[in-house]
Amino acid sequence: MIPATPRIITVTSGKGGVGKTTTTANIGVALARRGRRVAVIDADIGLRNLDVVMGLENRVVYNLIHVVRGAVDAERALIRDKRVPGLMMMAADQHSDKDDVSPEEMREVCEALRAHVDYVLIDSPAGIEQGFRNALAPADEVILVTTPEVSSVRDADRVIGLVEAAGKPPPRLILNRVKADLVARGDMMTTEDVLDILRIDLLGVVPDDTAIIAATNRGEPVALGDGGRAGRAFHNIAARLDGEHVDVLPLDNHSGFFGRLSGLFRADGDGR
Amino acid sequence: MSLLDRLMGREPAKASGTVARERLKFVLEYDRARLTPAQLETIRDEIIAVISRHVDIADGQVDVKLEQGGRLIAEIPLGRGAGARTR
Repeated sequence: MIPATPRIITVTSGKGGVGKTTTTANIGVALARRGRRVAVIDADIGLRNLDVVMGLENRVVYNLIHVVRGAVDAERALIRDKRVPGLMMMAADQHSDKDDVSPEEMREVCEALRAHVDYVLIDSPAGIEQGFRNALAPADEVILVTTPEVSSVRDADRVIGLVEAAGKPPPRLILNRVKADLVARGDMMTTEDVLDILRIDLLGVVPDDTAIIAATNRGEPVALGDGGRAGRAFHNIAARLDGEHVDVLPLDNHSGFFGRLSGLFRADGDGR
Repeated sequence: MSLLDRLMGREPAKASGTVARERLKFVLEYDRARLTPAQLETIRDEIIAVISRHVDIADGQVDVKLEQGGRLIAEIPLGRGAGARTR
């Protein structure tokens, strides 16, 4: 099943630190492992994270700014990930500024990549300023990452409004870092709570998983493997993006007897 | 709810997840309406002033609130003297 038209998808959140970059990297890996050609782009100009999260930092030659300046074609600035055929990454430039790129230029870069890939995934910077507007401009679709916390959900609500105002379709939600044990004892909002508040479609639920930390330390996204709770959630998300129907996984909970017991009553989620 | 609380007839504390949901719903209604609770207070006072010019109202019981879906609801109970005037 090859997507009819290459799709440009922006991953954003409003609030920082909710796992946007990790999510972008893992969805990219998971889509590529399904046989798709994927370009992931770090749009956080002035900072640079996606390359280290993916473990490709030593191979960066050209970055997004080189492409915008016309020094190199968009396709040539893509670093091929040798671990997964079809996966490519374009780095951000640390020594430039968000204002050095315009929404129109971002659109041109991404449009140029449509001929070469099935998916362009854009890792948006946090916030709702210029960097966010640049990342949003080329998007056909938007993925909104949030954690089940009041600040993150409030910012997500604001982003939904801005995405709508930009004339884009409503974002789909990834609820990240869901802690099954906290949900079970009522100390964390449930997936249903967040969906009821934000009123957008759910793309997936990613359980809180310490494996993410080790994976990021090593520059080896969890989706490179098949196991792990978060890893499975990312593979499911990639499948849903590809148009497959995949049920949201039951939340398994390894946090002791109480967690397992309450898990019996709350078995719904990719960890929800 | 602990046994002690039960014996003392105390209300159980709400789970913090529920508190989070309720606080978010409240704050987002104001966010979405671009309104602050202080502005709503001003609106309430002005509504009271306008309506009082025509009819007695039970001042302390006027309630103006923002409801889910961006609806501003004003409940304005009329004062005891209100009905007498129209008779």
